Amino acid sequence: MTAPTEPLLAIADLRVEFATDAGPVPAVRGIDLSISAGETVALVGESGSGKSVTAMSVMRLTEGRIAAGSIHFLGRDLANLSDAEMRDVRGGQIGMIFQEPMTSLNPVFTIGRQIEEVLLLHQRLSPRAARAQAIELLQRVGIPAPERRLAQYPHELSGGMKQRVMLAMAIACRPRLLIADEPTTALDVTIQAQIMELLRSLKQEFGMAVLLITHDLGVVAHFAERVLVMYAGKIVEQGSVRDVFKRASHPYTQALLAALPDPLKPAERLEAIPGRVPSPSMLPAGCAFCARCAHAFEPCAGRQPPLFEVGQAHSAACFLRQA
Amino acid sequence: MWRFLVRTIAQRLLLLVVISIVSHTVIHLAPGQPSEVDALNPMMKAEDVARIRKSFHLDDPIYLQYVHWMKDLCTGQLKSFRDGMPVVPTIWERFLNSLPLFVCTTLIVWTASFPIGIRAALKRGSRYDRSTTFVAYTLISVPGFFLSYLLILWVVRTFHLPVIGLATFGTESESGAVRLMDRIWHLAIPSLMAALTGIAVLSRYVRAQMLEVLGQDYVRTARAKGLDEDHVVYGHALRNALLPFVTMFGLLLPGLISGSVIFEQIFAWPGLGLLGYEAILARDFPMILTLNFMAAALTLLGILLSDILYALVDPRIRLE
Amino acid sequence: MSTPLAPTPGELALGPSRPDAEALGIAETPAQQLWRTFRKDRLAMVGLYTLLTLLVVALLGNLLTGWWVVFDPTTVRLPDKLLPPLSAASSALGKDLLPPFHVYPFGTDELGRNVFARMLQGSFVSLSVGIVAVSISLGIGVTVGGLAGFYGQRKFGPLSVDSWLMRFTDVVLCFPTFFLILTVVALLPPSIYNIMIVIGITSWMSTARFVRAEFLALREQDFVTAAKALGLPEWRIIFRHMIPNALAPVLVSATINVAHAILTESALSFLGFGVRPPYATWGNILADGRSYIFDAPWLFLIPGAAILLVVLAFNLVGEGLRDAMNPKLRKRAG
Repeated sequence: MTAPTEPLLAIADLRVEFATDAGPVPAVRGIDLSISAGETVALVGESGSGKSVTAMSVMRLTEGRIAAGSIHFLGRDLANLSDAEMRDVRGGQIGMIFQEPMTSLNPVFTIGRQIEEVLLLHQRLSPRAARAQAIELLQRVGIPAPERRLAQYPHELSGGMKQRVMLAMAIACRPRLLIADEPTTALDVTIQAQIMELLRSLKQEFGMAVLLITHDLGVVAHFAERVLVMYAGKIVEQGSVRDVFKRASHPYTQALLAALPDPLKPAERLEAIPGRVPSPSMLPAGCAFCARCAHAFEPCAGRQPPLFEVGQAHSAACFLRQA
Repeated sequence: MWRFLVRTIAQRLLLLVVISIVSHTVIHLAPGQPSEVDALNPMMKAEDVARIRKSFHLDDPIYLQYVHWMKDLCTGQLKSFRDGMPVVPTIWERFLNSLPLFVCTTLIVWTASFPIGIRAALKRGSRYDRSTTFVAYTLISVPGFFLSYLLILWVVRTFHLPVIGLATFGTESESGAVRLMDRIWHLAIPSLMAALTGIAVLSRYVRAQMLEVLGQDYVRTARAKGLDEDHVVYGHALRNALLPFVTMFGLLLPGLISGSVIFEQIFAWPGLGLLGYEAILARDFPMILTLNFMAAALTLLGILLSDILYALVDPRIRLE
Repeated sequence: MSTPLAPTPGELALGPSRPDAEALGIAETPAQQLWRTFRKDRLAMVGLYTLLTLLVVALLGNLLTGWWVVFDPTTVRLPDKLLPPLSAASSALGKDLLPPFHVYPFGTDELGRNVFARMLQGSFVSLSVGIVAVSISLGIGVTVGGLAGFYGQRKFGPLSVDSWLMRFTDVVLCFPTFFLILTVVALLPPSIYNIMIVIGITSWMSTARFVRAEFLALREQDFVTAAKALGLPEWRIIFRHMIPNALAPVLVSATINVAHAILTESALSFLGFGVRPPYATWGNILADGRSYIFDAPWLFLIPGAAILLVVLAFNLVGEGLRDAMNPKLRKRAG
């Protein structure tokens, strides 16, 4: 077992690249990320920042190639496991839910069959025990009349209910870690809140760690303990949610927070960040945010900034913060 | 469900009637007379021509001819122009000849296409995929009779074996086993030739369908649950990929008549296709009309069958 | 990996135009993008070159066999009958009967006719049969599909326009196509125009379906609503805005239908109902060659191979277009 101070998940210098006609394209360019048991960590960024690729790489579900780095989970490097060993980890020790509940369930199998499948696979229960367990899981995720639901097909359920079913499948085997890739982006705002609350209560009950991938800062503020901000494949700022939100130290983070509309000042213009995220196939040599940064100065375009400490367990990858 | 069935069948019957009227009109409007009743035919005497024309109602207005046709068809009294024999028994006899060819061809096509298509999808971009793709395109593009003739040429030249017809001439006196093997041999080549294009087309569809399903989110979910690749592909993906083919199955029926004209001609196989061809040559209206009508009826039946099968197989479809 | 200079904030502040194009620094229209993707497919490019060659050959062929007669497809030279390809003309022939360069590149047929000349003439005829037939079917298909898609909800009697048109399409689909073509062609006076028309009016159904589906999708899009809000007349919306967008699947359908039409024409000729002499199509050259398959196989193989190549080329181009239109890589955000 891992010692109490040893993190549950420790990603070190992960580099993931995709093969294209024009050669390999880096999507993740060396990130370090650790999650302790029971912690909720958020990975935040725009589309194209590499956050989903990171999450999928932990489960080894990405089409990209893990070019370098390690993903230590419960003492083993997931990047080096055989396929059979990795399959044990998936669903059994790490659960994952995805962004589009509408299309993430197989339309031709009943809900019951899809949940029982995980149980039968990892826990080798008898069909009867699996069925009973499935009913319990459905109840736990807040679906009423679970016995009836078992025989229903996905198209008979609403988006919110489908996401609850996805959660049920993901936590069925009491995983130590749950990866949630934009779990509420495709849902209505009220359902969003319900799902996040459910997630929080499940986390507390099972003592799961949660890696939350999102672009929604509001969700981060309410549910995460620590946050890492990603941009163009690298971590640009990390720390506790309070530190990062109150004392944002990287210009990108500052810009993200400034772009949020303030309900107390309705008449102000929205501050968008000028420019676009650079394409992974055309990354600059220096800091990837340099071209859009209002504070760019002499060293920025030349080298990539490492993470500099700006507070306790709070760091930012910006030359401005070089002590 | 029953209400839906009754309503659909009624609609389809109406459609069938419309189609029969249209076919009838089109064919009778075409210029030219059946040779037996052409007044200009020097081999027929004038009074014979008049007699035949009267018995076939050829001088009646067109709608009366339609009524006569329908009446005779339904009472089994419809006679062919060519030889005066009743139409329906002739069709039945030829149908029994066409049937083994059809069944054999369909079996070959459907059992070969799926493994090929699935494998090509799983190994997308590999040499297997690229070569099967190229072969498929070539087979789709080749005129069917061209390939068949080449094969006949090769078989006859190299093996000196007879290929044409239902059975080899002169084997009627042989034992049952020899005759059976002979007939199977004669069945094999035409059905193989007819199957080639079918395999090419169907395996492409299978591949495309499989690729689309493999890219779906629920396949990703299945992998995230820790299922092994076989379960993901054959359990989750295939079940979805096969859905459209269930409906295609019902649409096979019309192929009984329409698909085989060319191959029956090449291989001198006395089936429905050849019957239709001969009827057209002789302008044998009752035969042509009846074959057309039956083909249309089979098509409608096939569509109905497809709809029902689809509803049975896809839980998202509930017939209202 | 090259790292070009990052664009200045000033440039970027102008905002994005088209995602991929900007990332690559090139401004492209969707048509140019389609062409670029299409170009990457080697097989499709081979098909395209073959078709262009065919076009040139067909036009030249028509010229050289019809107007400025260099290769005469109808000259009968009985002393020179059934010669294999690349054989020289015999010296017994009179001077005006000699083929160019005194050689028969594709040999001669049973009447001593120059097979190469016949193939040249046939290329133009076969190609035009295919193209005219498909033009007819496109015309009908786009009209039916467009009307059904755009005016679908309007009522015309007991049913909506869409219902009428789709039921009509279903009726036509119920007819066994080849059998029907055969019947009609056999009963009508033999003429090349009849064949073109018949093939055309029996193959429009799939085009109609595609166009209808595209129109149904396009109709809901905002640019149509915006055009209506600006007061544009409906016909203008259909023709100038919607049809160009719906063209892509129609183009795919068209190339594949031409391939199919050429095959159908050859099948009809094979059964004896094709285009009559003296017109030569590859189909009837093939059909004629059937009798000599043992003694003079080139009479059968050459037109067959030619049909195969051309139809294959059309199919490759059609499939290449279809692949180029599909967003093959659905790159997931993040």
